[in-house]
Amino acid sequence: MSDGALLRVEGLQGWYGESHVLHGIDFEVARGEVVTLLGRNGAGKTSTLLGIMGMLPRREGSVVFDGTETIAMNSRRIARHGIAICPEERGIFASLNVEENLMLPPRIAGGGLDLDRIYELFPNLKERRRSQGTKLSGGEQQMLAIARILRTGAKFLLLDEPTEGLAPVIVKHIGGTIAKLKTEGFTIVLVEQNFRFAASVADRHYIVQEGQVVDMIANADIDANTEKLHGYLGV
Amino acid sequence: MFELLGIPPQVLMGQLLLGLINGSFYAVLSLGLAVIFGLLNVINFAHGALYMAGAFVAWMLLNYLGVGYWPALILAPLAVGIFGIVLERTMLSRLYHLDHLYGLLLTFGLALIIQGLFRNYYGISGLPYRIPSALAGGHNLGFMFLPNYRAWVIVASIIVCFGTWFMIEKTRLGAYLRAATENSALVNAFGVNVPLLLVLTYGFGTALAGFAGVLAAPIYSVNPNMGADLIIIVFAVVVIGGMGSIMGAIVTGYMLGIIEGLTRVFYPEGSSVVIFVIMAIVLLIKPEGLFGRAA
Repeated sequence: MSDGALLRVEGLQGWYGESHVLHGIDFEVARGEVVTLLGRNGAGKTSTLLGIMGMLPRREGSVVFDGTETIAMNSRRIARHGIAICPEERGIFASLNVEENLMLPPRIAGGGLDLDRIYELFPNLKERRRSQGTKLSGGEQQMLAIARILRTGAKFLLLDEPTEGLAPVIVKHIGGTIAKLKTEGFTIVLVEQNFRFAASVADRHYIVQEGQVVDMIANADIDANTEKLHGYLGV
Repeated sequence: MFELLGIPPQVLMGQLLLGLINGSFYAVLSLGLAVIFGLLNVINFAHGALYMAGAFVAWMLLNYLGVGYWPALILAPLAVGIFGIVLERTMLSRLYHLDHLYGLLLTFGLALIIQGLFRNYYGISGLPYRIPSALAGGHNLGFMFLPNYRAWVIVASIIVCFGTWFMIEKTRLGAYLRAATENSALVNAFGVNVPLLLVLTYGFGTALAGFAGVLAAPIYSVNPNMGADLIIIVFAVVVIGGMGSIMGAIVTGYMLGIIEGLTRVFYPEGSSVVIFVIMAIVLLIKPEGLFGRAA
C-alpha cells in the first residue's frame, strides 16, 4: 500500500503550548479509502486531524499529502492542496445563514459538488437555506458541516466525530452519505467514538493511544478482534 | 409655532441638528472601532489620532498642493488607510497571539506619538478649513436654518455607515469577515487568506477614521487635539452599543448624539456627562451592550 498512499503521516508530533499531545503518529491512507482513527477520549485523535490540517500551534515530523511534504505549510496552504476538514463540534458560523455557511469555503479545485447537487443530497438544507446556521438542529448542522466541504473540490476529507450526539436515524443518513462519497472517489479520515458506526463505513481502523498509533485493524478482521478492540477502547 | 415645555422650536431643532451632526461622527468612528475590534480583537486607541490625521491630510492637501475638499474626501482616507496597513503589518500583527491589552497599549502609544508630532509642527490653536463652495450657505426650513454643509455631513455619514453595514452583512467578503470574527483558525483552514482579511479590515477601519476627519475639518477647526477630545466619547458609544456589533455601533452613535443634543436643551449642565451616565447604566443592566451578543 505504501506506493499508493495519498496521505502518509510519519512521526507526527504536536504541541499545544507546553502540552505535548502527539508523540509520533504513523499511518497511511490510500486513495479512495475510508479510514478511522479510534481511541479513548484524549488519546490524540482530534489532534491528529488538526496536525494533518496544520491547525496545531506546533507540529513536527512528516505529513506527505499527494507526494508533497506539508509539515512546514500553514493550514491555508494545506487546504489549497486539497484537504478539507469538518471539525469537532461542526464549526458552523452563527453569524452566517445556511447558504453563506455553505458558500464560505472557497473552491480550491475543480470537480466540487455544485449547490444543486448538495441540496439534492441534503434536502433539509435547501428548505432552511435562509436560517441562521446555528438555528439548525444538531443533525442538520452536521449535514451542513459536511456539505460545505464537498463544494470545494477537495477530495480528501477529515471528519471529526460526525455522529456525536445525533439520533440513530441521522447517524444512518451520515453513514449513507459517507458510503456515497466513497463511491464518488473521496478519501476520508474519520475520527469516531462510535465503534459500530466506524465498522459500518470504514475499510481500516487505526487505534490511537496516548498520542501514538498502536495498532491497525482491517474492517474485514474486526469480528476476530472484538476482544482486543474492547480493550483499547475500554467499552 | 408650537412650543414644547417652554422651549422655542428653533432652539430644540437647532440642538437636535447639532446632536445629529455629533452623532454622525460618533457613528462613523464607533463603526470603525467595531469593525476593527470584531475581527482583530484590537481596541484601537489610535482611532482618534487617525481621525485627526485625516483632517490634517485634507488641510495639507489644500494648503501645500492646492487639492480641494472633494478629492481630499477620497485621498485623505486612502492615505490614513495605507498608514493603518503599514501599522498593522509592522507592529499590530505581531501582537495577535497576546492579550487584548497589548494591542490597546500599542495603539495608545501610537496615538500619543502621532498627536505629539502634529502638536509640535502645527501647535494647538487650530487651523481653519473652508467649507467647499458647493456646500456653502444653507436653507431656511421655516422652523430653523439648515447649513448645507451640515446636511451633507449627515447624509455622507449615513451613506458610509449603510454601505459598510451592507458590505459586512450582505456580501461574500462580509461573510468571510463575519466567519473569521467567529473562528479565524477554521476560516484559514478552509483556504481563505485570513491575514489579508485582517490587514484590509484594519486599513478600512482606519480609513473610516480618516474620512470622518475630512468631514469634520470644515466644522471644527483642524487641531491636533480634536481626536483625543472625541475618542473618549466614541469609546463610551462603542461600550453602550456592544463591542464588535456593526449595527449597534451605527444606531448607538446617532442615538447618543441626539440624546446629547436634547440634554443640552432640557438640562444643559448634564450634556457633557449624559453619555457616560448612560454607559454606566448600560454596563450595570446589560454589560454586553445594547446590541452585543453575550460572550
